Amino acid sequence: MKKFLIRKVFSIPLTFIGITIILFSIINILPSKTLATAYSSSDKEMTEEEITEIIKKYDLDSSIIKRYYGWLKRVLKGELGYSQTAKMSVVDALKTYLPATVELTIFSIIPIFFIGSFLGMKAAKKKSTLTDRTITSISSFFYSIPSFIIGIFLLLIFYGILGIFEPGRYSTQTDILISSMIFKKYTGFMIIDSILNLNFQVLFDSVKHIILPALSIFLGTSAMFIKITRTSTLEELNKDYVRTLRAKGLREDYIIKKHIKKNILIPQLTVGGLQLIRLLGGVVITETIFDWPGIGSWGVKCALRLDITGVMGFAIVVSILFLIGNLMIDILYSIVDPRIKYE
Amino acid sequence: MIELINKMRNNRGAFTGVIIILIYVMIAIFAPFIAGRSNPDDPYIAKQYSFSPVPQKPSFKAPFGTTQNQYDIFYSMVWGTRLAFKISLFVVLISFIIGIIIGWISGYYGRIIDEIIMRFTDMVLSIPSLVLAMVIASILGPGIEKIIIAIAFVSWPSYARLFRSEVLKIKSMDYITYSKIIGATPFWILRKHIMPNSIYNIIIMASLDIANIVLMASSLSFLGLGSPQGYSDWGQVISMSRNWIISSFSNPLEYSHIVIIPSVFIFTFVLGFNLIGEAFRDIFDPKQIKR
Repeated sequence: MKKFLIRKVFSIPLTFIGITIILFSIINILPSKTLATAYSSSDKEMTEEEITEIIKKYDLDSSIIKRYYGWLKRVLKGELGYSQTAKMSVVDALKTYLPATVELTIFSIIPIFFIGSFLGMKAAKKKSTLTDRTITSISSFFYSIPSFIIGIFLLLIFYGILGIFEPGRYSTQTDILISSMIFKKYTGFMIIDSILNLNFQVLFDSVKHIILPALSIFLGTSAMFIKITRTSTLEELNKDYVRTLRAKGLREDYIIKKHIKKNILIPQLTVGGLQLIRLLGGVVITETIFDWPGIGSWGVKCALRLDITGVMGFAIVVSILFLIGNLMIDILYSIVDPRIKYE
Repeated sequence: MIELINKMRNNRGAFTGVIIILIYVMIAIFAPFIAGRSNPDDPYIAKQYSFSPVPQKPSFKAPFGTTQNQYDIFYSMVWGTRLAFKISLFVVLISFIIGIIIGWISGYYGRIIDEIIMRFTDMVLSIPSLVLAMVIASILGPGIEKIIIAIAFVSWPSYARLFRSEVLKIKSMDYITYSKIIGATPFWILRKHIMPNSIYNIIIMASLDIANIVLMASSLSFLGLGSPQGYSDWGQVISMSRNWIISSFSNPLEYSHIVIIPSVFIFTFVLGFNLIGEAFRDIFDPKQIKR
């Protein structure tokens, strides 16, 4: 087990290098003159001379291997360059935008896990009844709807017609309050920060704004989870040990709570991991629709403006998050089921 | 094969899915007769009536109404269907060919080549596909061929891996050894033994992949990184609809047709393929048999 984890942890830097090679090669399809703009550190348009100077300074005309080496050295030192879209350095931009994305991800993963488990087990318990059919068909209905359509319809209903929720991370008033001196930013997670500041107006406002995007992610990604919970619960319910438990006179609820729940964790984690992939990719779209100021919507803006440093920083960070997520799932596997041995 | 068709026929979901997809295939094939051609050179460019920024409600001239800048939604939907098929078929074809070549080299020759190729596919797959496609699309700039390249780049690794595992499975069988003993060349073995035995699984995978590809293409267009401005593209119409979620405070649903119509098109398209996919999974994966 330990051996496996050590190997896994060591393979991460290798995969990371591989990812940077792929991204770097893609970016270098661009001509050196366009690439030169990526090295500027201000918003001003560059003059011809400045461009030639930068090309000379960073050896943009030299071989790709040499350039990659120089670039990687800078990236490992944490110099990701300047993003014209965010009007700040990429590192600062990530510090600004990443908490919003992480907050949204956490707020959608937790309901997916708990509500998804609940609904899946409920459907399995009441197999072939109306409850089961309702849960299965509604979840597969939402599974077929692309995430941007779910998002837009939620906006149409809750913002356009009902006017309860609105896009963005907080309302204008709260925005002013947050940027003022009174409000201290400890973590960047608005919900935690507002509790630490004992400011319940901000807390209420941020919760109100996070509901819609989180709901949109929940509807789009929970179906798979509900389905796997239902199938594996059914599978477990047909096993011999459950028959023994029933013969002992245990109640069905008790069997599910004490025995089934633990045994279905492995398939749940597997599918949960796959959902995480979908989520990280989908965050780009959800954030764009709901004007959520996370790395996803920033990445899209960078891609639209061909802000090369921004796009690179964004893609690298998403890939790192993804690698960490995968590692965490591997670790969770072995915690959940110590029988699993990795050779 | 006949068995498969019989099983599909008994599955109500799959039947609905096939009907939906057939309707879409019809729309794509007969697009010029349904909606005409806006532009003799490039019919994918949407029909535009004027440059007025206010959308129009459905009328006799434009049955589904128009978007901002007066693009005809009906025309965009019809030709968008053809575009969706065009993009997905090209992507599938490219990933199919690359996947088979790479998967075969990897599986058949094995050893160090296999290790390198598989690690490379691992790396491509460990970047979220939409993000990678986004990066490629932004570097290449807008254009239909560019979306095809971007999506093909993220989708070939799964084909390569599937084909590799098929090659590995078949390679170790006795009849391949006999075939080698009587002097069959690797290419002969690929053509005569491996291909006929594994093509079936890959074709199923490819047909299920179409929904994903169309989704990704429309996601890219939705983000503004896909088809150029003014193309008949489902995703693009939806991205225009974002501006009209609140049309006016007195009547918030005034322009909701821009939201609803393309959504229905994408939804039913994806639903059709998902229904077929579900049926395939039920048929081929005995572990998931409904109890």
